[in-house]
Amino acid sequence: MAVTEVRTTIHPAGTDPVQIAEKIKELFPDQVIDVANFRDQVSVIIKKDMSVAILKYLHDDPLLSFDHLQDLTAVDYLKKKDVRFEVVYGLYSMKYRHQIRIRAQVAEDNPSIGSAVSIWEGANWHERECYDMFGIRFNGHPDLRRILMPEDWEGYPLRKDYPLKGPELEKDWIGFREVIRRSQELKEFEWEG
Amino acid sequence: MIDTSAIGLVQVEEDVKILAPNVIITTFDKIINWGRLSSMWPTTFGLACCAIEMMAAGAAHNDLDRFGIIFRGSPRQADCVIVAGTVTKKMAPVVRRVYDQIPEPRYVIAMGSCACTGGVFKTYSTVQGCDSFLPVDVYVPGCPPRPETLLEGLMMLQEKIRNEKARWSPWR
Repeated sequence: MAVTEVRTTIHPAGTDPVQIAEKIKELFPDQVIDVANFRDQVSVIIKKDMSVAILKYLHDDPLLSFDHLQDLTAVDYLKKKDVRFEVVYGLYSMKYRHQIRIRAQVAEDNPSIGSAVSIWEGANWHERECYDMFGIRFNGHPDLRRILMPEDWEGYPLRKDYPLKGPELEKDWIGFREVIRRSQELKEFEWEG
Repeated sequence: MIDTSAIGLVQVEEDVKILAPNVIITTFDKIINWGRLSSMWPTTFGLACCAIEMMAAGAAHNDLDRFGIIFRGSPRQADCVIVAGTVTKKMAPVVRRVYDQIPEPRYVIAMGSCACTGGVFKTYSTVQGCDSFLPVDVYVPGCPPRPETLLEGLMMLQEKIRNEKARWSPWR
C-alpha cells in the first residue's frame, strides 16, 4: 500500500516543521517573508499573492500531506506591524502527525486573499467567520456572507479600531433599534397595576 | 326580610339556614388571581447556560410542577416567558416576537445576570438587559442562578399576581 511505503521513508513522527519551512522557502523563495519558531511551533510568514498555491502544495505533496485544516483565522496587528492583518492557517497531517502554521500577510487597503475552500472544504465557514469579524474577503469563496452577525450589520467587530462596547444606540444595528422602537410603541398596552 | 328562596338557602336545623354546600363566596380578584398563579405556564425559551439551570429547576429534584408551573412548547398557550440567558442583538427581535405571541395576562422573568443587565458581556453584540425591550416583572440575579433562586423568583411572581387588582376587568 502506498501509504505504508511512504511512512517508512520518513521519520515516524512526521517531518520536522523546520524542514517543511525550508522546503517552502526553497520552492517559493520570493513568497516567504520569514520563518518564526516559538517553542517548536513553526510559523511560515508568507505574502498573500501565492498563498493558495503554497497551501495546495502542502496539501498535495505526498510526503507532507497536510490533509487537515485545524483552524483558519486572522489577527489584527493595528499599530503593531506595518502590514495590518495576518490570516493564520493551522495545518495538520493526519497521516504523518506533523503540523505547521502558515501566516499570510494581508494589507489594510485591499483586505482580500485567495480562498482555501478548493483545498479544504472545511475552510468554508472559517473564511465566512473571518470575513464577518475582520472584513477580509476571500476570493473564490462559494458563498461569502456574514456567518455570526446579522447580514446588514455595519463594521467588522474584531478589528482593533472597532468600539469594544459597540456602536451608540442611534448608530446600532437597525434590527435592534426597530425592536426598541416597537416595544416603546406597545408600552401603552401594558398592565401598570 | 331577605327572600331566601332566591339564593337557594338550605335549612339544616330549626332556624338555621346556610348556603348550599357547593357555593363559595369570594371576590373576583381572589379567585382569578388564584387561578392564574396556580397554573403559571412558562414558554420554553433557553438562550444560554441559564437554560440548563432552568431545566434543573423543572426536573424531579426541585420539581416546578408542584407549583402548577409546566413548561409549554408554544408561547400562544403560555402565561409567562423566562428569558434564560444572554440576549444578543440578533436574538432580540425573536425574544420580542415570542413575548408578543403570549396572550394577556403575560409576565416576564429575566433569569440570570445577562438577561438582567448584560452581565459580563458589555460588548457590541449583547443587549444590556432585556428590560430595554421587554416589561420585566421579576429579575433573578446569579450567574447562573441556582434552581432555588429561580424558584424564589417564580414564587415572587406568584405573589405579584396574587396582589393584582382587577386585572380581569374590562374597565381596568
